[in-house]
Parts: sequence; C-alpha cells; structure tokens
Amino acid sequence: MAQPQHRLLGMTDGEFDAVVGVLGREPTDAELMTYSLMWSEHCSYKTSRPRLGVLPTQSPRVVVGPGTGAGVVDIGDGMLAALRIESHNHPSFVEPYQGAATGVGGIIRDILSMGARPIALWNQIRFGDLDSAHNRYLFGGVVAGIAGYGNAVGVPTIGGEIAFEPCFDANPLINVMCLGTLRAEDLVLGRDVEAGAVAVLLGAPSGRDGIGGASTLASASFSGDDQEKRPSVQVGDPFAAKKMIEACLELCDRKLLVGLQDLGAAGVCCATSESAWRAGKGIDIDLDAMPRREEGMTPPELLVSESQERMLALVDPKDLPAVLEVAERWETQAAVLGTITVGDTMRVFEKGKVVAEMPARSLADGAPLYDRPAAKPDYIDEVWAADPEPVPPDDAGGTLLGLLDMPALGDRSWVYEQYDHMLFLNTVVPPGNDGAMLRVRGTSKGLAVSSDGDSRRCYLDPRRGAARLVYESALNVAVVGAEPIALVDNLNFGDPEHPEVMWQFIETLAGLAEACGALGVPVIGGNVSFYNSTAGGHIQPTPVIGMLGLADPMPDRPPRLDAGEEGMELWLFGGVDTPDFAGSALAKLSGAEPTGRPLPADPGVGRSAVEAARRIACSGDAAVVHDLSEGGLAVAVAEICIRSGIGARLDGSDWRVLFGEAPHRFVAAFCARPKGVEKIVGARRVGVLGGANIEMGSLGSVALAQAAAVWGDAIGRRMRGA
Amino acid sequence: MNVAVVVFPGSNCEHDVVYALRGVGANPELVWHRDDDLSAFDGAVLPGGFAHGDYLRVGAIARFSPVMAGIEAMAAAGKPVLGICNGFQILCEAGLLPGALVENRDLSFICRFVHLMVDSTDSVLTSAAATGQVLRIPLNSYQGSYTAHADVLAEVEANGQVVLRYCGPAGTVDDEHNPNGSANGIAGVANASGNVVGLMPHPERASEPILGSTDGRVLLESFASALVKV
Repeated sequence: MAQPQHRLLGMTDGEFDAVVGVLGREPTDAELMTYSLMWSEHCSYKTSRPRLGVLPTQSPRVVVGPGTGAGVVDIGDGMLAALRIESHNHPSFVEPYQGAATGVGGIIRDILSMGARPIALWNQIRFGDLDSAHNRYLFGGVVAGIAGYGNAVGVPTIGGEIAFEPCFDANPLINVMCLGTLRAEDLVLGRDVEAGAVAVLLGAPSGRDGIGGASTLASASFSGDDQEKRPSVQVGDPFAAKKMIEACLELCDRKLLVGLQDLGAAGVCCATSESAWRAGKGIDIDLDAMPRREEGMTPPELLVSESQERMLALVDPKDLPAVLEVAERWETQAAVLGTITVGDTMRVFEKGKVVAEMPARSLADGAPLYDRPAAKPDYIDEVWAADPEPVPPDDAGGTLLGLLDMPALGDRSWVYEQYDHMLFLNTVVPPGNDGAMLRVRGTSKGLAVSSDGDSRRCYLDPRRGAARLVYESALNVAVVGAEPIALVDNLNFGDPEHPEVMWQFIETLAGLAEACGALGVPVIGGNVSFYNSTAGGHIQPTPVIGMLGLADPMPDRPPRLDAGEEGMELWLFGGVDTPDFAGSALAKLSGAEPTGRPLPADPGVGRSAVEAARRIACSGDAAVVHDLSEGGLAVAVAEICIRSGIGARLDGSDWRVLFGEAPHRFVAAFCARPKGVEKIVGARRVGVLGGANIEMGSLGSVALAQAAAVWGDAIGRRMRGA
Repeated sequence: MNVAVVVFPGSNCEHDVVYALRGVGANPELVWHRDDDLSAFDGAVLPGGFAHGDYLRVGAIARFSPVMAGIEAMAAAGKPVLGICNGFQILCEAGLLPGALVENRDLSFICRFVHLMVDSTDSVLTSAAATGQVLRIPLNSYQGSYTAHADVLAEVEANGQVVLRYCGPAGTVDDEHNPNGSANGIAGVANASGNVVGLMPHPERASEPILGSTDGRVLLESFASALVKV
C-alpha cells in the first residue's frame, strides 16, 4: 500500500495532525511540503531546542545571540564581528565537491545576512582512515570543493581542523565557519519592517536542485545505499555568489535595506516566513515572479528549491528603484517576490490563485518540540573501568615519529595551501598555528580565531570532553595574544531517537555550559547536526568549537610556531602533568580502541592558564607560545622545532610527561627569560631549542630532518596511496 | 600617478591592490569593467581574482569586457599596464602579452610564498630592482603555469622579456623550485617595449612587514615610478 504523502516527506503522523490543527483543514501540496521542511530537525531544532537553554549566551559584548543568521559581538571602536558555524555533513558524503562548496556558500550568506562583509572562512572536516580509497576520494573532493568555491568567491580560508577516525568512515563531518566584520550602524536585524515593505529575491535563478535537502538529507540517517539522494545536493556557483555579495554589501552600505536573509535550507518558504515572523508581520509572495532555470516547476518545488546563491532583501518601496539599479550594475538578478503585510499570514500566489496560506509563526517558530528520552550508554561504565595507559615505548624517538606520521597530527599545509588564505591582507598569523590572527584595519585590534573539535575524548566522557574542548580552544586564541570573547558550536551527533545519543548530547551541553560559564565566554550561535548515523552505527559525539578572541591592541609580533631560534629556553605552563591517556593520540597510535576516563577540566587552572598564555604572548618575551594538544609535550615541541628549523633538548625522563595529554598546558620559547617567570601558573623549565635533533632526555632522540620529512608528508603520502 | 584598478565581476584582489599602491605613493581608483575610456589615467592594473568566474577559459570572457578597449589604448600609448595573477591571464588572452597560463603541474591550487629571481630590469615592474635579486612573494593560483609556443618562447627569451622566474631561496632556477611547471620557470613576462607586464605572484601580498615580506614593494615602486614618467 502506498505511504501517505507526509510520511514520504519525512513527517510523523502526529506532526501531520498538528499541521491540520494549525490550519483547521487538510494542507495543500504546497503547504504540506513547506511544513515538512520547516518542521524538519534541520530547520526547527525540534529535538535540540528544549536542551540548548543550559548554554550561557550573554555578555556585555553580545549584540546578537543564537537564533539569527549569525552571532554578533561588539569589538569596540564602533566595530562588530559576526561569527557563524554550520554543518554540511550529509550532502558532502553524497557528493563531496559540491556538498562542501555549497556549505561554504551557505555560511558566507549567513554572515552577509547581518550586513557584515565575510572576511574569513574555516572548515572542520572529519573522515574515516585514509587507507581507504573512498575516504581519500571524499577528503580530496571536500578540500577541492572548499578551495574551488572559497577561492573563487573571494573569501580567504584561514584555517581549520582535520581528523580521521573509523567512526566517520560512513559519515564524514564537514563543518564550515565564517567570520565577518561590520560597522555597528550597518547591522541588519530585520525587526523594524513596516507593512508594505517589498521582498526582493536577489541572485541566481531557481531550479529543482536541493528539493527537500533539509528533510531527506539533513534530518535522516543513511541506509547505506544513498547515491539516489544525489539530486538533493545543490550545485554551487561562486561567481554568482561573488556578484550577489558585492551587491548586498553595497545595499547595506547605502542603507537601502530593512531586512536581509539568506536562502538556505527550505529555500523561499523558509526565508519568507522567517523574515515575516521576525518583523512580527505577514507576507504575500507571488511565485510567478521567481526567476527560474527550469520549465514547469510546481508551487511546492518553487517554495522549497535549495538552489544556491540567493538572498531575500526587504526594502522600503521608495528605495526599490535604487536597489534594482545596484543589482543591475553588479550583474545579479533581482525580482520583486512579494510584500510584507499586516498580520501573521504567509500567502503564496501562483497565476493569481492562492496555493498556500499559513501562519508565518507556525512555520518559523511553531514546530512541535520533542523531549526525547536519554539513557547512559552501556559502554560508558566499561570504558571508565579500563586503564588507558599504553605500553611504555621502547624508544621515544620512534614513538614521536609515529605520532608525527598520523595524518591528523602531520603537516596540514597539503590542505591549507590549496586555499587562498591571504586575501584582504589581514592574515597576520596564518594557518598552521594554534589560532589564526587577523588584523582589523583602521584599528589597533586583532581578531584571533581557533577551531577545535574532539570525538575520542567526548566518546569516553562527553561532559569532560566538551568542557576540555572549550578550554583548549580558549588557550589557542590566548597563545597568539587574544582574549576569548565568544564562541560558536557545531554539535555533530548520531540519531537522537536513540536514548544513548540523547545522553551524549545532553552531557556534551552540560560540559560546554560548565566551561563557558567558568571562562565567561558566551555561546553566540551554533548548529546541531543529528542523524549522523549510517546503517545503524552512530558517529562518536563530536562537538566542534569556533572560538573568537580579541587582541586589543594586537601584539606587534604575535607568537608563531616558526619563530623559534637557537638557545631559546622552553618553559611549560598551566596544568599539572598527571598522566592522561584516555582518548590520547598515543593510545590511538598503539592501535587500541579509545578507553579510560579523561581527566576533568580544572576551572581555576584553566582560567589562569588562558590568562597567563595571553599575557606571555603579548609581552614580546616569547617568540613561540604553543598549546599542548594531541601527542602532548613531545609533539608540541616537535612542531616548534620542525616549523622553526631548529632542534631541541628536552630535560624530561618520564615518557608519561612527554606524551600524556593532561589539560590546560602550553609551552613557550623565550627570547630572553622574563623576570618572575617561575611565578606564572605551573611554570617549569623543560628544555632549550638548539641542535639538529629532538632529544628527549634519556628516553630517546630523533633527527630533526627525519621528523620534518615524516611530518611533512603525513597527509601527502597517504593521498598518493603510498 | 593616477592609476586605474580594473574591477571585473569576480575580481577579488582590487581592494588589496589599491591599498598596496597607496602604500607606494600612487593614486589608485577602482574602475568598473564596463568603462571603456581610461584616458584620464596614467596607467592601469588588472588585479587578481576570477573575472567572469573564469568560466569558459580564464580571461576568455574578460578580454571582451568594454574596459579592455581602454587597456589596449593605454598599452599602445606606452603607458604602464600591470596584470597580477588573473590580470596576467587576461592580458595574455587579450594578446597584449605573449603566451598563456594553464593548470598547475600538480593540478591543485597553490597558495604559498615562493621565491622569484629578477631576470630583467627592463620593464615597468622591475626597473627599481637589481638583476639577480631574489624576492619572496606569495603565489595564489590554479592556472598559473606559463606556457607558449616554442617559437614565441625563444623570441621572448631572446628579447629579454622574461622579467621574473621562480627560483630557490638562493636564486637557483630549476625544476625543484618551479612550483607549477611554468616553461623556463617564467613567473612574469613583459611585452617587447616593457610597458605591459604580467606576473602570477601577488606583490601586494608582500608589501608590509606584518604580512611576512616587503619584497613586493620594489615591484610596486617600479610601477609607481613609471606612472610619473608618462
């Protein structure tokens, strides 16, 4: 027997009944399609929203918090910064190049919708092991897609993060993040919109691409046979986007807009209903006015098409001629799609007839919310009971080489040298460092951004793992001289209809909330990506953080990993060296499944470490300040050595100290040892830079040239299939 | 020292070029690609980016933009014309410079610092530099591999029109230090009279200490001084 239409569209029977309740009648085809998209998990956050309230979202700097196009913070001197993160996991698995490319396009439009110029991109990407040809295809395709789109659209990609874990084999994670800056007076909120304002559709014409992407791709698990879903992936056109961006920025600059929203998931129906709802109004739209690429598109298709490179502008009627002139000059299409009305009704016309009539609020803010059950997974007690400490290495030199050869720890320049990371002449600390630093021209300020994610530690203990991730990200902006001021999070999880996934999600939120609260860093936006499950297997819980830091003033020479020189003393600061191998790189290298319970974050030490790192980075005393992360002290020092082209002599004699991954630690290389250095939190001298080897006390040694060669080719050799 | 910085739809380095040209004392102004009269300017720069999306073939559509009439008039009048990256590709496509730019040898985009050796100072881009001088300047391109018919290549070499070649830190020109497979390591080339020059690397990205190099300044200063002489 044929399934009812709403089920084919991914709606439950209860949700269908709710739609009938809202409308007081059965929905039309166009209405049903619209509700199925707007009430999808991807658009409505119906599972996550009831839980997200635990996150702190306020600080004196926050201008716009979560729930709009992008979070916005005040960075002083009349300047604002806008930050947003999104996932494009499922489309990228189905079609890596276009999936990643359109992810980049979407995140840029989110920043643009606030009236901000997008100035930098990051991406956080996770795949299965590169031993598999299919994973190499996915990884190569995603990187090429980000490069092909980002470079051509004219927004530099300043950094990112890469991980390879078996759990991403059948469900890669592609998260993208964009930063924008704007003058405070140019902020577009779309709240003060009068009835009679004109809705103008800007950019590319609409086609049948991406129909139902938000419901059938982003809000459902994969079965294992998903090539048929390829038509749900959109195709990017960075050239159309570039023209549209410049047109929109000119419109913002000349104050010709009262509202601006991007067309992403659920296309026109989402952008129009949300724009109307935000203004507290209704909207009439005329589908006949929509520029289109294909003949014979039906009203439901026009409403939910996810064709790329489109924006919806709300314009005072008196400014309409000027708006159309700007669009014409930038060679971007503009069509008057509709009018803001008094009331709350979204009415959709085709050939003079009403094809849909729905309360705008019911679409934008009326999805049923779910309080899904949560239960601690069985594996947790098992892994906590196990001892994660690996067998002591015979030769620390060989162990270090093994770690440097791991593709997530090796040289990432294979990736970031395919991205234009220098455009706009703002990149002061380039990719390949803990945090990137961008100068804000016309001011003395710098914006530091770090993106960090974790799955292994969060799998073992999502609460502790998530909290430590926030501290690590804060430390990463501190080591280039910035104070962490806000973050965005992208929460990648399995199927939330499974109680153990909900438990991981709730625990992760608790960990994020604890750390953000302790550091005083608000969450200004985020994205939740559920249903990262294929054939019944869930990914490890994977929160990804984008941390924004402000350096004011920016140090004249922010520390960099490549600035180490002969004779510089190496000092370790911050947390204690308690061995911590749960979820560590060394444990992974030894071939073991993640096991053990990671150490918790220490809020007092965590805060002190972030502040100490920032002070040292700004003092001018240190050439290098580097966060300890995967592979611990040994890998951190090796990275300094390789990037600076100089060896090191470490004093250590305990392999647990060298390779353990206890939290809140960073290392500095001093030009001249500063007075009172021993009073800084957790200070201890660990060695000196110099020579042609990385010597680890009595534990072993490795030639710098060999370490550099292995590290430098860790990704490249795998991509060559070697 | 009024210099037109041409903006095609899809250009993206125009603001960076304006900023760097101001830094060497020139007076740059953005000019939209539909303007065909550049007679008010002493010279022009075609900046990097993706003019017309690089669709069809890099520069193939841009060469038909109305502004190219102005550029051709300027080139014929002996005024300095500089193409950077995509601008270089457009000048080749328009026939104002010999040769063409094709996909990098390794078929991937390259964004990193490279070393360049100044091979001729007989151009508006290199007049203030010294022959043999090594410059460290970022490259940022996918179709950056210079190629030309063997006869054209021989002529360009014989005339001393090659102004910049990829090299190692010590100035060695060889395959190892050729990032993209360019013929004879050619990174920049001039027309026979030296007033029209194109190069793939971006001198504007190496114009301040905070950006990691100031080696691009000598090229921009050469260009700015040529504007004065006109």
